[in-house]
Amino acid sequence: MTLFDWSYAAQILPDLLRASLNTVGITLIGFLIAIVLGLFLAIGRRSRKFWLSWPATAVIEFIRSTPLLIQVYFLYYVLPNYGLSLTAMQVGILGIGLHYACYIAEVYRSGLDAVPRAQWEAVTALNIAPYDAYRNIILPQALRPIVPPLGNYLVAMLKDTPVLSAITVVEIMQQAKNIGSEHFRYLEPITLVGLFFLALSLALAYLVRRLETRMELR
Amino acid sequence: MTLPLSTPTDLSRRSTLASQQEAPAMQIPTPSRPIVSFQDVTKSYGSFTVLDHLNLDVAPGEKVAIIGPSGSGKSTLLRVLMTLEGIDQGQIRVEDDSLTHMPNRNGVLVPANDRHIRRVRGKIGMVFQSFNLFPHMTALQNVIEAPVQVLGMNPKEARERAADLLELVGLGNKLDHYPSQLSGGQQQRVAIARALAMRPKVMLFDEVTSALDPELCGEVLNVIRKLGAEHNLTMLMVTHQMGFAREFADRVCFFYKGQIHEQGTPAQIFENPQQERTCAFLSAVKEAN
Repeated sequence: MTLFDWSYAAQILPDLLRASLNTVGITLIGFLIAIVLGLFLAIGRRSRKFWLSWPATAVIEFIRSTPLLIQVYFLYYVLPNYGLSLTAMQVGILGIGLHYACYIAEVYRSGLDAVPRAQWEAVTALNIAPYDAYRNIILPQALRPIVPPLGNYLVAMLKDTPVLSAITVVEIMQQAKNIGSEHFRYLEPITLVGLFFLALSLALAYLVRRLETRMELR
Repeated sequence: MTLPLSTPTDLSRRSTLASQQEAPAMQIPTPSRPIVSFQDVTKSYGSFTVLDHLNLDVAPGEKVAIIGPSGSGKSTLLRVLMTLEGIDQGQIRVEDDSLTHMPNRNGVLVPANDRHIRRVRGKIGMVFQSFNLFPHMTALQNVIEAPVQVLGMNPKEARERAADLLELVGLGNKLDHYPSQLSGGQQQRVAIARALAMRPKVMLFDEVTSALDPELCGEVLNVIRKLGAEHNLTMLMVTHQMGFAREFADRVCFFYKGQIHEQGTPAQIFENPQQERTCAFLSAVKEAN
């Protein structure tokens, strides 16, 4: 028996690639949820209104302090008892998006804190409303320095998607495990999965660097 | 409408207000209805009282120069008027509205809410020592932003007005430059145009030349001179440029320990100061120059 069976690898590749679409989809939609929700959480946490800052802080700290695996288990296996039943894929996307939103909220917070106070004073002196101030003046300045950490979280999120196999989401890792158990050979599927993550992580890192350069030039 | 000049009663009231600081009675006329009025305003940072039961009325169109040593409350006066800082006690009025308070349903004055503050604050514009331009926007965009967002001005009209204002401050050829591509003096002139774009009735200048090289101060002061000559704007300026204060202001207020220690016409303050502390400050400034 050869150490690495190339023909077996070629045979299982299409199945893995099909499942990889789920991995990419979960990552992209989850990231979209995370960057939007994370922004609201960050702004909520920075608010001077206690009723807004306190719940935002509580959510961020609770979710950041508990494992993603437990959160998705809870969403998938416990919530149906209370009438909220979602598919594994829905829970996977929502769970990972929510989890990373809390990390990304802290990234946003650091970016917002880095905008000089003088900019807020100019906003006040010009009587610009908070929504317009965030949208046109503060966020464009806050986003530039946080692109690299956001990129890191995108890659980290991609690499965390195999956790969702625990709730039966058929992403690439789950598919590899299924194939492995079917043929009693794990080396090829797991190796291919590893290579897939390596290639996609490098590609994403490259894209983030390009974006960073583009923003610096502007 | 031309506001009547002040009566002797008004003058004595002003004098009384300032009397806590033992300032001599002013001999410059003031209107009965000030455009800005500080009434018994106190502001502290911890145990340090920056504004101490301050009273000050400013007439429409009046140019007031505020001078004094560091920590005397000069900048804080402008900052509380711009609502960048809250006050602990007293009331600030702009025209007929209280900036700090609003009447509730029963007509009782209560602390103003954000909406009320925004409405009253719209009458005031401010130019900062460090310009505070938006670095990701061009000069033109900096001037357009607030009129479009706050006044709801049509973008095309806002663009035309902004170009006119930048022309007024001598930057008609720098519309598409980013702040980083402009000198300090040019940035400060953009900041003046930006504040003017909001059509304020009162302009606050907070040490607007302090961050500039001496040779760049002139261009900014010239713009302010021009504004003073061509527009009936009320101006409050904190400045260390004594020559400019003397030449430009209608009234000079010398601040000391959070109070107006002495005030009067530029000639009174610079040529015949009555208070020992004022004399000491002016001598120190003269020596430094």
